[in-house]
Amino acid sequence: MAVRKPPITTREYWAPGHAACAGCGCATALKLATKAFSEAMEEKFGDPNAFAIAQATGCMEVVSAVFPYTAWKAPWVHVAFENAAAAASGVEAAWKKLGRKGKILAIGGDGGTADIGMQALSGMLERRHNVVYLMYDNEAYMNTGIQRSSSTPYGAWTTTSPPGKYSIGEDKPKKWVALIAAAHQIPYVATASIGNPFDFVKKMKKAAKVDGPAFVQVHCTCPTGWKSPLEKGVEIARLAIETGIWPLFEIENGDFFNIKIQAPGGGAKVKREGGRVVAIEFKKPIEEYLKLQGRFKHLFKQPEAIDEMREQIKAMWKVLGVDVTLPKPEE
Amino acid sequence: MPMRKVMKANEAAAWAAKLAKPKVIAAFPITPSTLVPEKISEFVADGELDAEFIKVESEHSAISACVGASAAGVRTFTATASQGLALMHEILFIAAGMRLPIVIAVGNRSLSAPINIWNDWQDSISERDTGWLQFYAENNQEALDLILIAFKVAEDERVLLPAMVGFDAFILTHTVEPVEIPDQEVVDEFLGEYEPKYAYLDPARPITQGTLAFPAHYMEARYTVWEANENAKKVIDEVFAEFEKKFGRKYQKIEEYRTDDAEIVFVTMGSLAGTVKEYVDHLREQGIKAGAAKLTVYRPFPTEEVRELAKKAKVLALLEKNVTFSVGGALFQDFSRALVNEKEKPILVDFILGLGGRDVTFKDLDEALEISRKALAGEEFEEVNWIGLRKEIL
Repeated sequence: MAVRKPPITTREYWAPGHAACAGCGCATALKLATKAFSEAMEEKFGDPNAFAIAQATGCMEVVSAVFPYTAWKAPWVHVAFENAAAAASGVEAAWKKLGRKGKILAIGGDGGTADIGMQALSGMLERRHNVVYLMYDNEAYMNTGIQRSSSTPYGAWTTTSPPGKYSIGEDKPKKWVALIAAAHQIPYVATASIGNPFDFVKKMKKAAKVDGPAFVQVHCTCPTGWKSPLEKGVEIARLAIETGIWPLFEIENGDFFNIKIQAPGGGAKVKREGGRVVAIEFKKPIEEYLKLQGRFKHLFKQPEAIDEMREQIKAMWKVLGVDVTLPKPEE
Repeated sequence: MPMRKVMKANEAAAWAAKLAKPKVIAAFPITPSTLVPEKISEFVADGELDAEFIKVESEHSAISACVGASAAGVRTFTATASQGLALMHEILFIAAGMRLPIVIAVGNRSLSAPINIWNDWQDSISERDTGWLQFYAENNQEALDLILIAFKVAEDERVLLPAMVGFDAFILTHTVEPVEIPDQEVVDEFLGEYEPKYAYLDPARPITQGTLAFPAHYMEARYTVWEANENAKKVIDEVFAEFEKKFGRKYQKIEEYRTDDAEIVFVTMGSLAGTVKEYVDHLREQGIKAGAAKLTVYRPFPTEEVRELAKKAKVLALLEKNVTFSVGGALFQDFSRALVNEKEKPILVDFILGLGGRDVTFKDLDEALEISRKALAGEEFEEVNWIGLRKEIL
């Protein structure tokens, strides 16, 4: 009988026994990322285990390494909140001197990357360490109880951006860390999503195989912080792609002129010129994404805030060189 | 044959690093210790030191990279001072808690505000509760020697703690003195290759480092740092003895000078110890029974040696380039603790002096002597005295 090869290795590095919440999208992201890393190491060095992880303080750190237990089946070190990139730099330098083949994976959430860890990240990328930095973006400080970060999207409720008489919730647009990373002209930058796991795995493998630094920002759902149904994580993440909220792209060697924008799916019409995506006509309104999450519930009483969100999304896509049309829901 | 070269303490520290052969160095420039990474860069550039030198974007990342490298199992070194050490503060606790034998050379400098680049010990004294071992050098030779010693003690399996070696800003960092550079082979014999016993970020034996500990375990983890500090007391003595055997220079946790029949003993650290020894000679010529004592090791605090010293003097005059508010100096606090339950104890008089690079002169020491003599005579005295304070500009 023919045995079908599984689409991704059955080896586990993020093992059962961690303490993440039910339905945690970031746990899925780490599981996939380490599997992808392992496959890349096997293909590149003939050793699926040829990697080590340096991780920032955050929800994925505290749930995976509660002494005397560990969810990690790979060599793993945690130092502090803001320095996963710096610690990874040290690990990489040490491996170089030890003559150890392999690659270092640094992991940080959006707070530990976009905010407090930005300086260390910039330093690591600029110095060209052979490290893949994976930013799992659940769009708030989830470890400390859902406070806004600079990666929290416009309009979202968090405990420090509560909607109120004088507030629509978070009032600043999301910081685009992937573009900041790409500005370092490093070999590889990508955005990914647990809503498209095969694409995410492909990108992690690519990142792991380049020589030099790579940065991957993966959008992952947080049912606790997003007030969303536990079982709908992947669906919500996919809707973020299909409504234009979350663009998927790759930038190699900081070449913004050759940014590879991916077709979003969900019936969107994509217009290309010379192979390059120049316009996307989305079919699904962003409301389809928003309505599944309690963090945006208040916006439905303030439709002008959702319109403002549409304008911001258009502006964000314009930076990527794409004209988008975003539908309003049918009345 | 050991080579003698005239050099600054910064260069001596760089030479010590070269001799210790760390595999990873991560550093960020800061006055007055900048010459340490500069010199190490030259050693690396010329192929005299086979190490990865990470030119980080901050001291915070310097120590973070050192933690990463040390967690990966290699010997690691950095240098800093003042604000740079303060920026490392958070990670210093982590390095000690993770039991990583990193060594830092510290060009002891004051802390802002006001900004001041000159010498006092407030930077490293402020880190006394991080769990790091602390050594203080009197001169450039000691800066070199103590760094080698620090590596050896830090890497001892009974210790496994990070260590810092302080040497005074400008007074030592930028002042040239003859320094004996030991032979590489002898240093290799003394230090050996650093080979951690446990698996460190090894894919063949993956372990998890730097975990979260609930209340059920945190206290025990902190206790192991305490225990390692206690163990370090004995290990330091052993390493000092071995160092003397191999290199001919004798070190003690507390070095005493003319204390045998002394009534007043001046206690200090760092380069000030040299001044004070000379001052004691000057007093002896006048028939004043004075002595001096220098703390080479400040953490672990040499409690036993302090108690021995206390038996010899009627007054211990503590000369400190640091302040612990409402208390005086840190030594005053430490000495008080060491002596509080002793049946017979000397009078402690504390002197805050030389902050921010203020010169400490014989005139200042005369002032300290006068107050100490009052205490000796049973007259009223202030426990904490700011020496050389320019009250007229307050």
